[in-house]
Amino acid sequence: MDTSITNEAEESGAAQPAVTEPTGDLASDGSGQDAGVSSTINVAGAAPEIVEDQNTDDLRLILGEFEGPLDLLLHLIRQEQINIYDIPIARITDQYLRYLQAMQEMDIAVAGDFLVMAATLIELKTRMLLPRDPFAELEEEEDPRLDLVNQLLEYQKYKAAAQMLWSRATVERAVFKRAELETDKNNPEVAVGVFDLLRVFNEILARHKEEVLMEIEREEITMAEMLERLRNMVMSAGELNLRTFFERARSRRELVLAFLSVLELVRTTEIRLFQRETFGEIIARVAS
Amino acid sequence: MAESMEQFNEEEMDLELAAPDEEFSEIEEASGETDRNQGAGAPHSIQSSAERMAIIEALIFVSDEPLSARTVADVLKEDSNAIEAAMAELAQEFNARNGGLQLREVAGGWQFATRPEHHEHVRAFLKSRPSAKLSLASLETLAVIAYKQPITIPEILDIRGVQSPSAIKTLLDKRLIVARGRKETVGRPMMYGTSKEFLIQFGLKDLSELPSIEDFQDLAGGSA
Repeated sequence: MDTSITNEAEESGAAQPAVTEPTGDLASDGSGQDAGVSSTINVAGAAPEIVEDQNTDDLRLILGEFEGPLDLLLHLIRQEQINIYDIPIARITDQYLRYLQAMQEMDIAVAGDFLVMAATLIELKTRMLLPRDPFAELEEEEDPRLDLVNQLLEYQKYKAAAQMLWSRATVERAVFKRAELETDKNNPEVAVGVFDLLRVFNEILARHKEEVLMEIEREEITMAEMLERLRNMVMSAGELNLRTFFERARSRRELVLAFLSVLELVRTTEIRLFQRETFGEIIARVAS
Repeated sequence: MAESMEQFNEEEMDLELAAPDEEFSEIEEASGETDRNQGAGAPHSIQSSAERMAIIEALIFVSDEPLSARTVADVLKEDSNAIEAAMAELAQEFNARNGGLQLREVAGGWQFATRPEHHEHVRAFLKSRPSAKLSLASLETLAVIAYKQPITIPEILDIRGVQSPSAIKTLLDKRLIVARGRKETVGRPMMYGTSKEFLIQFGLKDLSELPSIEDFQDLAGGSA
């Protein structure tokens, strides 16, 4: 038994560590169409890719699509064409550690889950190397690999189920439901609350604070004038992004007046506020 | 400023009072008309099965989410079995046309939807890009939850062999999963299950439409 394991280790030492394809259709399809969404990490082999993160200015190195240590292990088993019920632990451990090393060189953050599995594999390898207890009963000892194999088999089922879900979702994405009607309950056009308004107001206020302003001459605008301005702006365009309206205000006082005038016209039902999407821009429209 | 506000208040009060009255009288007038025409305040009773199907079709069209037979039965005040049969017949008739729309059963109700084969043109018209996809991690997590629900976070992570629950938050944010009470065990951890939104987004009538998880064993176990 000892010798066979050593052989395996040597073999794999000579073998190419390179893996040139991602884990499956899922991976290639998924990243091909929208790299921005994937938050997963690939390992050595698949052509590394530097991607601009849309939210931050960071550059991200996308290496592949291993979802976790079990995924990587399954991939290695498939690649080495190993029988899952009889995994040559030494060889697989060796391959696994190789990947881990490559991963750590690329992206240290991934290592957590993968290191736990590495420890498990090394422990298994050690236990497999230990000679059998010669005084033990003849009955079959429990294979130390059994837990891992069961875990892999269980995981494999859900991985396949995930692929099923993926293809279902792909079909569903090609199916469109009717556009929203005016009568729909969840029509976002009624979704603007006082707090949404306050939020926009606060945002603008904060922005104003940052700008150093030199006040040359105080030009007082009255509430009535502000109301008129809002009316005109909404009427002339039919609808008005409130941000545009607030941004025209040149002083804190004007901003407050602008805010009040929005509240006022909503109260008098001259204008109606709505959003096109949750947390979207607030738009004022002439109430019909 | 205070003055002008007050002024507005007064004007507005008048408007507010006036508006509902007007609307109300209009509605009364309208319903009065139907009274004369139909001889009853409520919608008239349905005469034929063709009419029933037509009405159901209209209701499905205006409903913003999949419409269940029970809801229709409540509205039409008819037996829900009869409605269910009518809906099935309607769907068969409608889909036989093989037009641009399909009438399909999803999340326990019926809805109109385009056929996937026309997606390119529909998308071009809507100027929409394919919506954001779930990551593999999220899909795996979703698969585990779909088949093992209700299930706790540690149990999910255990099956996936990872330690980060971030995919679960993504699924919660997308409303694909919901909390399903607590497990009566140490710490009473929260359990999760799939939502109605899950059925809708994956085009499923109900959970039983998912293939058995054991079927995947056959598919997956073939590596020898």
